Amino acid sequence: MPSDLLSPILLTIALATITTLVLLLVGVPIAWGLSRWRWAGKEAVAAVVALPLVLPPTVLGFYLLLLLGPSGPGGVLASLWGGRTLAFSFPGLVMGSVIYSLPFMVQPARNAFEAIGARPLEAAATLRAGPWDRFFSVALPLARAGILSGAVLSFAHTVGEFGVVLMIGGNIPGNTKTLSLAMYDYVESLDWGTAHVLAAGMVIFSFLVIAATMLFERRLRRIAA
Amino acid sequence: MSGLRARFTGEQGGFSLDVAFEAPAGGVTALFGPSGAGKTSVLRAVAGLERFSGECRLDGLVWQDETHFVPPHERAIGYVFQEAGLFPHLTVRANLAFGLKRAGAASVITFDDAVDLLGVAAFLDRDPATLSGGERQRVALGLALLSQPKLLLLDEPMSALDTAAKQEIFPYFEALRRSVALPILLVTHDIGEVERLADQVVLLKAGAVAGSGPLNEVLLGEAAIRGAREAAAVLSGRIAGYAADDGLSEIAVGAVRFLVAGRAGETGAAVRVRVAARDVSLAVERPSATTILNVLPATIAAIEEVGDAEAIVTLRLGDDTMLARITRRSVRQLGLKVGQAVFAQVKGVSVLAGAG
Repeated sequence: MPSDLLSPILLTIALATITTLVLLLVGVPIAWGLSRWRWAGKEAVAAVVALPLVLPPTVLGFYLLLLLGPSGPGGVLASLWGGRTLAFSFPGLVMGSVIYSLPFMVQPARNAFEAIGARPLEAAATLRAGPWDRFFSVALPLARAGILSGAVLSFAHTVGEFGVVLMIGGNIPGNTKTLSLAMYDYVESLDWGTAHVLAAGMVIFSFLVIAATMLFERRLRRIAA
Repeated sequence: MSGLRARFTGEQGGFSLDVAFEAPAGGVTALFGPSGAGKTSVLRAVAGLERFSGECRLDGLVWQDETHFVPPHERAIGYVFQEAGLFPHLTVRANLAFGLKRAGAASVITFDDAVDLLGVAAFLDRDPATLSGGERQRVALGLALLSQPKLLLLDEPMSALDTAAKQEIFPYFEALRRSVALPILLVTHDIGEVERLADQVVLLKAGAVAGSGPLNEVLLGEAAIRGAREAAAVLSGRIAGYAADDGLSEIAVGAVRFLVAGRAGETGAAVRVRVAARDVSLAVERPSATTILNVLPATIAAIEEVGDAEAIVTLRLGDDTMLARITRRSVRQLGLKVGQAVFAQVKGVSVLAGAG
């Protein structure tokens, strides 16, 4: 394996892992809220969450660039630790990825929460389980297959994203140059050999992730059924 | 005051509710009525799963009034749903433990006693999905009991079961009402369940209380129930003895003795007997030669015409009351009148197993 491949691989894995973890912390509560709220405006929130599905990544990247740049809130945030901007940095990349992959986490998790129905949660309430208790001991376990799907989709989606990382990351080697950007560079510079290695590696990796998830999910669903 | 006292008014989804009732501190109170009468809404309101305006207190403890609304998880209730009240991700054992763990001390029943009472020992380690409907409801009942409630709410717990499963689960409910000193509120549209399980009845119709009182009073006092083809009186008595040579049990109901075929149970045990109106005929003189074993002196308290050709006669036997469904021609030919002394010939008496 060409040694200059290692850096984008590690960077991409780090980015996808951190993004997925952040999405679990942010996306699952949003999905829970969307599945439980009886508030008329909730579909507006759902639409905003789903926006990255249809928005061209470059448009999203453009706005994120403004948001994270020196004159945006991201710049203010960065100045707290002496930085100038969150754009073209790894934390900025994480933020962009989280927003870009949010629907991939929220949609399956929301569907899974809704599929539970009111009954098990009502039953838990009559058995002295308070709201937090109901969430952790009934809702989360019953929705775990959907949440796992969301996490895997988010991970894979982050690994493969191109437009957003290009716009807000700037393709800086070792910092914001992810696998898909590296791939693009190799093809641009007619380095077919490395591009082949990379492409084949990605195909195998994706296959393994999907296969493992499907098996695991089937097992979870069987337990839950 | 002890027991449950509830009053709910309000509208929800085009359905309006205006009910007030009380349930004593012990025994089974049936919320009985046709579907759409608001029985389940009332039960859910008692549990705090639905919110109407009004008030609800158990043993003087306020669960709801103008200023308070205690959420369901802070009410000492056990709730058995029509179906699917178990957690699919937990084994039967873990399901049962769910209620116990959050209740703290086993003040009503222990884990082992609940397992014994409901006969669920054989499938403790199975998943709920692998159980039959009747088995699932037994576990659901155990789960509700193990949360150590002060009030047990049963929402048509047998309506999703087929006849065989119902027969299988009935004894468990009967054992429950004998062995657990808890007030029980039972929602049902099945008069058979009321006859077998209820001590008190609250009759609901179109979101309002249409009548309430002790079981037999409601069975005989409400025209709609009295006039039904399967109308019956349900009387409480004790097994007075068993004649082995004839194979007959004697059951004492007040001063009256009924003979029933077969061994009804241990002598002295409390039982409930059901006398269907259709199985009672009347004679103005004591019949001297008849195959009917139970011929009882009675007084006519009321005669009411039903349908095209029949009449329902309400009979007093000492302190108890029962019905006879006879033809209007017989009423005319025998010249039956209110206040008249007659002999009731009871062709069939069924013992409702193990009830008291």
